Amino acid sequence: MKKPATLVDKIWDSHVIMDLGQNTYLIHVDRNFQHELAGATSLNGIDKAGRKIRNVELAFAVMDHVLDTHPGRGDETPIPGGTGFIREFRQRATSHGIRLFDLDDPDQGISHVISPELGIALPGCTYVCGDSHTCTVGGVGALAFGIGSTDVEHVFATQTIIQTKPKNMRVTFNGKLGREVFAKDIILYLIAHIGAAGGIEHAAEFAGPVIRNLPIDGRLTICNMAVEFSARTGIVAPDDMTLEYLNGRRFAPKGEMWEKAVAYWRTLPSDQGAYFDKEVDIDCNNVRPQVTWGTSPEHSVAVDGRVPDPAQAPDSHSRMTMERAITYIGLEPGTPMEKVKIDAVFIGSCTNARLSDLREAARILKGRKVVPGMRAVCSPGSYQTKLKAESEGIDRIFREAGFEWRESGCSMCMSGGAGGEGFSPGQHVLSTTNRNFEDRQGRGVRSHLASPVTVAASAITGHITDPRKMGA
Amino acid sequence: MEKFTRITGVAAPLMRRNIDTDAIIPGKEMTKVEKTGYGDGLFGQWRYIDGNRKENPDFILNRTPYRNAVILLADANFGCGSSREAAVWALTGFGIRCVIAPSFAAIFYNNSFKNSLLPVILQDNQVHELAKQVENSGGKGSVTVDLEKCKVIGPEKQIYSFKVNDIYREMLLQGLDPIDATLRYESKIAAFQKKDRINRPWIYQY
Repeated sequence: MKKPATLVDKIWDSHVIMDLGQNTYLIHVDRNFQHELAGATSLNGIDKAGRKIRNVELAFAVMDHVLDTHPGRGDETPIPGGTGFIREFRQRATSHGIRLFDLDDPDQGISHVISPELGIALPGCTYVCGDSHTCTVGGVGALAFGIGSTDVEHVFATQTIIQTKPKNMRVTFNGKLGREVFAKDIILYLIAHIGAAGGIEHAAEFAGPVIRNLPIDGRLTICNMAVEFSARTGIVAPDDMTLEYLNGRRFAPKGEMWEKAVAYWRTLPSDQGAYFDKEVDIDCNNVRPQVTWGTSPEHSVAVDGRVPDPAQAPDSHSRMTMERAITYIGLEPGTPMEKVKIDAVFIGSCTNARLSDLREAARILKGRKVVPGMRAVCSPGSYQTKLKAESEGIDRIFREAGFEWRESGCSMCMSGGAGGEGFSPGQHVLSTTNRNFEDRQGRGVRSHLASPVTVAASAITGHITDPRKMGA
Repeated sequence: MEKFTRITGVAAPLMRRNIDTDAIIPGKEMTKVEKTGYGDGLFGQWRYIDGNRKENPDFILNRTPYRNAVILLADANFGCGSSREAAVWALTGFGIRCVIAPSFAAIFYNNSFKNSLLPVILQDNQVHELAKQVENSGGKGSVTVDLEKCKVIGPEKQIYSFKVNDIYREMLLQGLDPIDATLRYESKIAAFQKKDRINRPWIYQY
């Protein structure tokens, strides 16, 4: 009898080209997706060294990071030096014959959003991108790694990466999601529970009844934040919902090839009795909508909770970390989160800018207006998402509520930190993104993370708001 | 790539947990398609006051002797967050050749070896002990990191052993280019793909 194997083990083992010893392997990369920031640097390195791209047919490229998201955009961007990245990436990608979704392409969008939408990320494939949120596409069952630009060069030149094999971790989400509780809330809850380093050295498989009932959009949101607890990646086993989602997508296999792929994908889920080095069980019945109070995604509490008191921290180091975070965020310990005033909101990013996110936010925003003085921006995750939202009248609901309706890109998740379009120092920004780090959305900006529904509700009231009280 | 065998010098303790790569090199410092020139931007938001280059006198790397540090001591999960390799280029650009911490985020850890920056994992209490001894000496007690022997020697001559994978160790000791090193295995890569095209043809369908 074969030893029971995990989903990650099965994908890993089927991609090993060489065992390099000490748990380190040369691994084949099936899909290589690059953007203008890491991509420009790595193609520059490839060209300077006079190297060839080994498998250009397995490479994809998109503009998403530094490009402007204002309507009518071109190569000019508010991010200093950004235009250089856009133009150099376009020129080098084109000269190598890499398939590029340029800023005016109907399939343009954030790489982690368009990749599943286009059927580029597939179950059981190994997948890399020069971005830490590459783990997002684990939501369709791909084994995805974010890598640095030199490793991107390595993939371009060799179609492989050298990696140590991750340990196996399983996070089981039990119970049911309560009213106005979404994928974002349970992943923030998990990170608060296990800490920002809780997944270090592990690949996290997300499982359990909540995941099985969760549509692909939500699975992508959960996997997106695996890196926020320093997991090597996040993944969900493919099932009927995955197949239904992928079938017919532009780059997904078709006909007989599809049937053959499906037969293989059916063998991928973790075997009964497979060993996990770490197991975490979360009872979702107890999870309320979440919001962050500090400067790490682990600083998350229920929206009807309070800013914690560092005096009650378990050790002196945690206390120092909490005190630093509280000083930056400018809130008193014990303050109810619902008393925190919000100056601006952003709905977008690879975490929460898919169609279901926009629909849920629109449900709250319909017939309402954001409070006077509130800056509200929405950037759909992809051009196709934007078009679909517009065909459902969602753009009108956002606009009438007082939101800017933007083009797709990383937008205000990274622009402010990159010296582009940000918020003002000291402002509290409630955001559907994944990082509330210091200065992430602009110098001194105080970022709070939440689900699209909580963000929409708070935009209406002007303070952090429990969406369960909105009555929509 | 520059070789790494053994270094001795000033170690700067920055004993915070979860130091993310946005903090190590702020996005606004990444304005060129280049791998050099990031040293000035290292810890930009902490090191400088109000976004200009006026130094924050309280920040450790602005104090003597730490401004000459070649080793950085940090707490767990160093380099978490963004995959930006400029975080490594900023450290090496400043003159840091080695970071010692109880744990590293994986992408940063992998990026380090490609740029002759040695990430050393020691136990939590060992890193704190080292930091304490460095502080007790006012930063003057130097630290040695020896990759050949896989040992760290602290200011009070105590020795800590560490482990690093042979493949990465050789890469640093010999200054090997990681891509050239892998290209030696081209026949194995080709053989893998030949077989894989039969087993999983949909991967190669384009």
